[in-house]
Amino acid sequence: MRTAGSRTASILAPVILGVLVLVLWQLAVVGLHIKPYVLPSPTAIWEQFVRAFDTVWSGTRVTGTNALIGLLLGAVLGILAAIVSALLRVFDELTLPIVTAMSVVPIVALAPVLYAMFGAGAETGRQLIAALAVFIPVYVNTLRGLRQVRPVHRDLMRAYAATSWQATRTVTLPGALPFLFTGLRIASSLAVISALIAEYFGGPVDGLGKSITSAASYSNYALAYAFVLGSIVLGLVFYCVTLALEKLATRHRPSLS
Amino acid sequence: MSGLSSDRRRRPRIETSTETGLAVQVTGATKVFSVARGKQVVALEGIDLGVAPGEFVSLIGPSGCGKSTLLRLIADLDQPTSGTVSVFGKTARQARIDQDYGIAFQQAGLLPWRTVAGNIELPLELHRASTAARRMRVAELLALVGLSDFADRYPDQLSGGMQQRVAIARSLAESPELLLMDEPFGALDEMTRERMQNELVRICAETGAAVVFVTHSIPEAVFLSDRVVVMSPRPGRVREVIPVDLGSAEDRGDDLREATGFFTAVSAVREALHGSPTETGAPARGVDNR
Ligand SMILES: Nc1ncnc2c1ncn2[C@@H]1O[C@H](COP(=O)(O)OP(=O)(O)O)[C@@H](O)[C@H]1O
Ligand SMILES: [Mg+2]
Repeated sequence: MRTAGSRTASILAPVILGVLVLVLWQLAVVGLHIKPYVLPSPTAIWEQFVRAFDTVWSGTRVTGTNALIGLLLGAVLGILAAIVSALLRVFDELTLPIVTAMSVVPIVALAPVLYAMFGAGAETGRQLIAALAVFIPVYVNTLRGLRQVRPVHRDLMRAYAATSWQATRTVTLPGALPFLFTGLRIASSLAVISALIAEYFGGPVDGLGKSITSAASYSNYALAYAFVLGSIVLGLVFYCVTLALEKLATRHRPSLS
Repeated sequence: MSGLSSDRRRRPRIETSTETGLAVQVTGATKVFSVARGKQVVALEGIDLGVAPGEFVSLIGPSGCGKSTLLRLIADLDQPTSGTVSVFGKTARQARIDQDYGIAFQQAGLLPWRTVAGNIELPLELHRASTAARRMRVAELLALVGLSDFADRYPDQLSGGMQQRVAIARSLAESPELLLMDEPFGALDEMTRERMQNELVRICAETGAAVVFVTHSIPEAVFLSDRVVVMSPRPGRVREVIPVDLGSAEDRGDDLREATGFFTAVSAVREALHGSPTETGAPARGVDNR
């Protein structure tokens, strides 16, 4: 159990470090006369961020929506596939090589193919890429959770002559929840990264990824970094929300190793 | 009421009852486990055991002598390789399906995502008792194990002893005529353990249930039981059955732990465990002499 003091320290320490880095960064850029195309100063980035806030915000909304749709779609498919795998051995054996292969393929590499498939004006390709990236960790973690039933709980369900659906509902599914949410937390970052990187390979010109490349190609490096700042915030929001969900789900559990 | 049922408890009907009158009857049970590479472990060999309704029987013996395996056979969590197990005159399987027994394991085995009340009502919920009936029964059981103030807590907010009491309340939820308990107090400190033993004696007197109780501890076995079944390992066999006559539940208070009759029975069990009289009481391997 952490004390209030150590919790404050654990929040304060990285904040202080962050501020220190920003100050050193600013001093280095000004003092050493570093050119903006090499590295713009924090204040220049912040200026652009404030000035172009509307553009950054609309880009964040587009990329964020793609990531969210991908996250939901991939999570639902991943959970369903994990449940079917846990129930049907045959299905498990069928999906294992596919999932293994999928986890090795850099999924964003599919972007150009998917743009061709769904048309360069649609966001569908980006959402599918995010969904594919999400599917794997959600599937793997949920399945692990579903297989994690403690022997004493299995004995208990048998002693109560519980039907297999009763056992699934009262023991297996609740027991798998913390694992599912751990998968979701890992997947949330992947969803944002995949949706953003997919924009580098084409498609509509509206998201954060496209904005970064176009600002850079117009040599507006401070603006490019302002969009990067937007994507960092987006990634953090996804991470923190899913982390909070995970904490909620594991409230009364012993910590997972 | 408690006097009446404890009377019943003190007079086990083992001699008079026909086969089907017994709570548990194990006849010639053998259990062989197949382990890696065709090797086999004979966990139990030729076990005969009868438990009368309302009787308290302890199984004691060194680790690995098959106590848990025997209990699992009675609970139909495992099946004997040969021999038969019947519970209230039915097959063990039928008795399990009919929910004729309650069971508590060495680990409390609570569901961490359910509150104390939610854990206790689990069997009632699975067997479709009404919400009102469930609520009433849970309140009774919480009072019985002294946890009324903890109904809405979660298992991770309780001590080990409290968790074990929740598990015992859960095993009593459907007022079973037979209780199966596998070292339920094994993980408790000595003080909690003695208090739990006192409570168990009281609960059994009140409910009149037959109990098969696995333990490592000689004093625990003697304090709780009508008969102590001493087992020996490799292969697991019944070495001796020792009757204990220490009076009715009301007399079994902490005073009893210092009574002469208690020590006589403790020595008898200890001798049976060692196979010969031991003055100094050098402990049998794996058996707790506390
Ligand atoms: N599921 C199993 N598979 C293989 N061997 C087992 C299994 N369960 C118990 N055994 C073996 O059977 C013997 C008796 O075990 P157990 O009943 O747990 O003993 P006790 O409860 O008296 O300590 C031990 O040698 C143990 O290793
Ligand atoms: Mg055991």
